[in-house]
Amino acid sequence: MSFINYSSREINCKIVYYGPGLCGKTTNLQYVYAKTNPESKGKMISLATETERTLFFDFLPLALGEIRGFKTRFHLYTVPGQVFYDASRKLILKGVDGVVFVADSQEERVDANLESVENLRGNLAEQGYDLDKLPYVIQYNKRDLPSAIPLAELRRDLNPRGVPDFEAVAPAGKGVFETLKAVAKQVLIELKKGG
Amino acid sequence: MNSGLVMYDEEFRAVTGVCEHLCRDANANVVFLVDKNGQLITSSGRAKGELDTTSLASLTAGNVAAMGGLAKLIGEKEFPTQFHEGERESLHMSIVAGRVVLVVVFDARSSLGLVRLRVKKASEEIGRVLEVVAKRQASTGGQSPFAEITDEDIDNLFSE
Repeated sequence: MSFINYSSREINCKIVYYGPGLCGKTTNLQYVYAKTNPESKGKMISLATETERTLFFDFLPLALGEIRGFKTRFHLYTVPGQVFYDASRKLILKGVDGVVFVADSQEERVDANLESVENLRGNLAEQGYDLDKLPYVIQYNKRDLPSAIPLAELRRDLNPRGVPDFEAVAPAGKGVFETLKAVAKQVLIELKKGG
Repeated sequence: MNSGLVMYDEEFRAVTGVCEHLCRDANANVVFLVDKNGQLITSSGRAKGELDTTSLASLTAGNVAAMGGLAKLIGEKEFPTQFHEGERESLHMSIVAGRVVLVVVFDARSSLGLVRLRVKKASEEIGRVLEVVAKRQASTGGQSPFAEITDEDIDNLFSE
């Protein structure tokens, strides 16, 4: 749910990175953080366990520039991917403007990807959102790993609707900004329509 | 998609004014107003420049959401107020009109009783402004204030 402030001339939007455990959601944010100018980003917050697994969420505020004199700010969040953190995942989806689904390309994670997409759809529905109507982008991460399955298979399983999708190697930055730009663009188009 | 919160100059000044009064009347260090999704609406007191208000806003919303989840698990609707006592500074959070969170940071120069009393009055005032915002948004039929943005404007934002 965006927040438009006419007084400070700002548009604030919320983007959530979703996906199975260890698929690279936090890595996406870390790469964006590392490669963004200091004046365009705020502090990155990670609420993680001692073993650096996301416990509640990661948060990164980002300024993308101006549209017609309005500063556009995007708040990027990740959810904890592990199955048993479902209650926390639901909370983070509140007020979401756009979703990035980060899929793990490895063969052994095929089921985890499918389960996570279903979980996303269900949790969004509980908040009154329809995944098919929300700005939505898919990223196939870990394309560099030997056990990565062909892109066509991932697409068939995860992207029947043909939303914008990208291949990625998040630690190296491949596909990271392409994904972010695609979802941010969709969010702004939705905002223009009047949501 | 749910329609977002749109605030015009007059409404923004009204809620900022309430926060400034509250900060003074409650002898608080910082007062800030956050929407439940973690967007900072306004702040007053030491918040200006010194504190990372963006992070504060996001963590406040996370905390309120987590406590709301806990409340539901034990059969409560929500916990409308929370108080966290620190060694030097303490934090009082209250949900206003079911939509925003009013946060007051204070130290020994104030007291929980005084903060509670002032927050109650401020909450009513903020609630009234939010009612005006909701009515206006309903009467405009959710029409986008950004309808005039062109696809080209959006493309320009992403061209490097």
